[in-house]
Amino acid sequence: MSASAPLLEVSELKVSFQTEDGTVKAVDGVSFSVGAGEVVAIVGESGSGKSVTSMTLMGLTRGPNASFQGTATFEGRDLIAASEAELRRIRGGDIAMIFQDPMSSLDPVYRVGAQIVEQIRAHDDEISKAAALDRAVELMERVGVPHARARLRSYPHEFSGGMRQRVMIAMALSCSPKLLIADEPTTALDVTIQAQILEELRQLRSETGAGIILVTHDLGVVADIADRVVVMYAGRVVEQGTLDELFYNPQHPYTWGLLGSITRVDSDRSKRLPAIPGAPPSLLNAPKGCHFRPRCPHAFEKCTEVPPLEARVSSTPGHLDRCWLEPERKRKLRVVDGRIGLAPEEKVVA
Amino acid sequence: MTDETARLLEVEHLQVYFPIKSGVIVSRAVGHVHAVDDVSFVLHEGETLGIVGESGCGKTTLIRALVRLIAATGGSIRFRGEDITKAGAKEMAPIRREMQMVFQDPQASLNPRKRIGQILATPLRKRGVAKDELEPESRGLVERVGLGAEHLNRFPHEFSGGQRQRIGIARALAMAPQLILLDEPVSALDVSIQAQVINLLDDLQDDLHLSYIFVAHDLSVVRHVSDRIIVMYLGKLMEISPAEELYSKPIHPYTSALLGAIPLPDPRENRRRTRQLVTGEPPNPINPPSGCRFHSRCPRATELCEAVEPQLTEYAGGHLAACHHPQSVSAEEIAAATRSPASPLSAGDQPPQERRQGAPASSPD
Repeated sequence: MSASAPLLEVSELKVSFQTEDGTVKAVDGVSFSVGAGEVVAIVGESGSGKSVTSMTLMGLTRGPNASFQGTATFEGRDLIAASEAELRRIRGGDIAMIFQDPMSSLDPVYRVGAQIVEQIRAHDDEISKAAALDRAVELMERVGVPHARARLRSYPHEFSGGMRQRVMIAMALSCSPKLLIADEPTTALDVTIQAQILEELRQLRSETGAGIILVTHDLGVVADIADRVVVMYAGRVVEQGTLDELFYNPQHPYTWGLLGSITRVDSDRSKRLPAIPGAPPSLLNAPKGCHFRPRCPHAFEKCTEVPPLEARVSSTPGHLDRCWLEPERKRKLRVVDGRIGLAPEEKVVA
Repeated sequence: MTDETARLLEVEHLQVYFPIKSGVIVSRAVGHVHAVDDVSFVLHEGETLGIVGESGCGKTTLIRALVRLIAATGGSIRFRGEDITKAGAKEMAPIRREMQMVFQDPQASLNPRKRIGQILATPLRKRGVAKDELEPESRGLVERVGLGAEHLNRFPHEFSGGQRQRIGIARALAMAPQLILLDEPVSALDVSIQAQVINLLDDLQDDLHLSYIFVAHDLSVVRHVSDRIIVMYLGKLMEISPAEELYSKPIHPYTSALLGAIPLPDPRENRRRTRQLVTGEPPNPINPPSGCRFHSRCPRATELCEAVEPQLTEYAGGHLAACHHPQSVSAEEIAAATRSPASPLSAGDQPPQERRQGAPASSPD
């Protein structure tokens, strides 16, 4: 990507919530950056902190029980320290967000058109209602909603899931955002519709040059659209790098496990799926050291210390990971039955 | 699957319509949702049959109709040769024991106020297990699905999604069934957990000689578990094929559209392939398109597709497809193909034709 300063720079972000049972460290030291026109995917399982990270950028996790550390710099402003009033201007304006469930993120009692017009007028004091409506039609046509002008008078329940997600995208685009945060935008949709929505996002990126943060658990979607990937596990970034670095030279055993456990339409059916044993830890009481240690067949003494996120492969300085293993050793360890995966416990020789 | 294997379940021309009612005082049906519209197939013993399709294609309605959770509008369902389409509650009871279901959302399908031991004891008692046998039986069940005896005393909320799905499977196994109908059993789970549950289902099938009907929208998961796969679209059966062949040689354009829409978790592979994307969305099942239901979105559609519903044509190797202009098959294969008796009753009798250049279609491929 370009050599200029990134659009968004997240540095050592920590988010914790006080609960009755103790402190949940939902995000524990996350750093990454997004450049203009770049698609950065944040991948992880449920509870990995990927959604909390993206929502924190928009100030949506603020509350009496939440505490924050670190910075997220967007065009010189720190989003973490920004006041509510400042955030309100940025939200929907320079940074827009698309949520997973398009049903619950649209207001069921207002017509879709009214909701888009409201957002346009909230960020532009000059524009007249009629002009805002014209702009809404234009946006709906752009994201492929047929009969846009008539459909603006419909209520959200009159739209299908895919169409609702298009409305959400149209709304997000209404103020020409510089950064778009899409939290699982296609998870609730069928594959054929998913392919159409991903195409929309791709077009949007090339037409407007907006940066996109794509939060997802689907590695297929990642491979389809992302430029760079951030892998999160139990609140921490365990690996980040370009798309190809991550898929063809993955450094963290968790990434191996993820890549190995996906069923592919072109894989060998007779073989068992190499699953990752166990389940992710509770963030109330996370394991000492590397969070993946209890599930990792390659763990050794050193893993009780938290490995720093740093470049360990000398040829690719942008490829960071959090694993103590030697890169040379990993090359051997990560191959299971001829493809990348996490070795089952019994096969590991110390 | 060979024909010598015993047929466990036979479905013939099954229809499930839902009436749309209207009227203030006297409600009358003003139309029907054609959820399942003339579907026929056979499930053999020990086989896994996958059913795929987009939301609203009728796959969930189909399996619910099979266990008679929803009454069929027409057609017949036979379990071990016995017609159960109209069976009453008494006749169904012993058959339900042999057909169990596992649902998509393990959270919603377990009673939150009961301990796991209690949840498992209900079906065990129903099966006639003696009171003092309940405890060891349920312990055996939870161990069977990879949980421990200490879990029997816990409530559903104390488990993760993957563990809850294991409990759902244990509950199905409690009845010692022959057939388990799995409705999107892994789609609510994380990938690493999906793999664990799929491996568990594999092991159980090997050990207990179970048959599965596996419904999912994820084609890669279905391919991994199934022996044969049914592709459905708007209530109709589009293609039915041995699992591997469906992916290497899709005959119906809808199948290749579905396959093309899946992003591969491999960046290089993704960049290399050119994908045939379908535009638009599935039409309304209240008023489905005439002829072939897919013609409104199909790149190969001709006038014939709009006018006449295609017959289900049987190609070599037990591969069936309902398409007038099949792809991935040669002229000889088309000539050797025959009309399947499973064809919908409303289908025309035109044999499939190779699509010649210059045929009135939108785009050749």
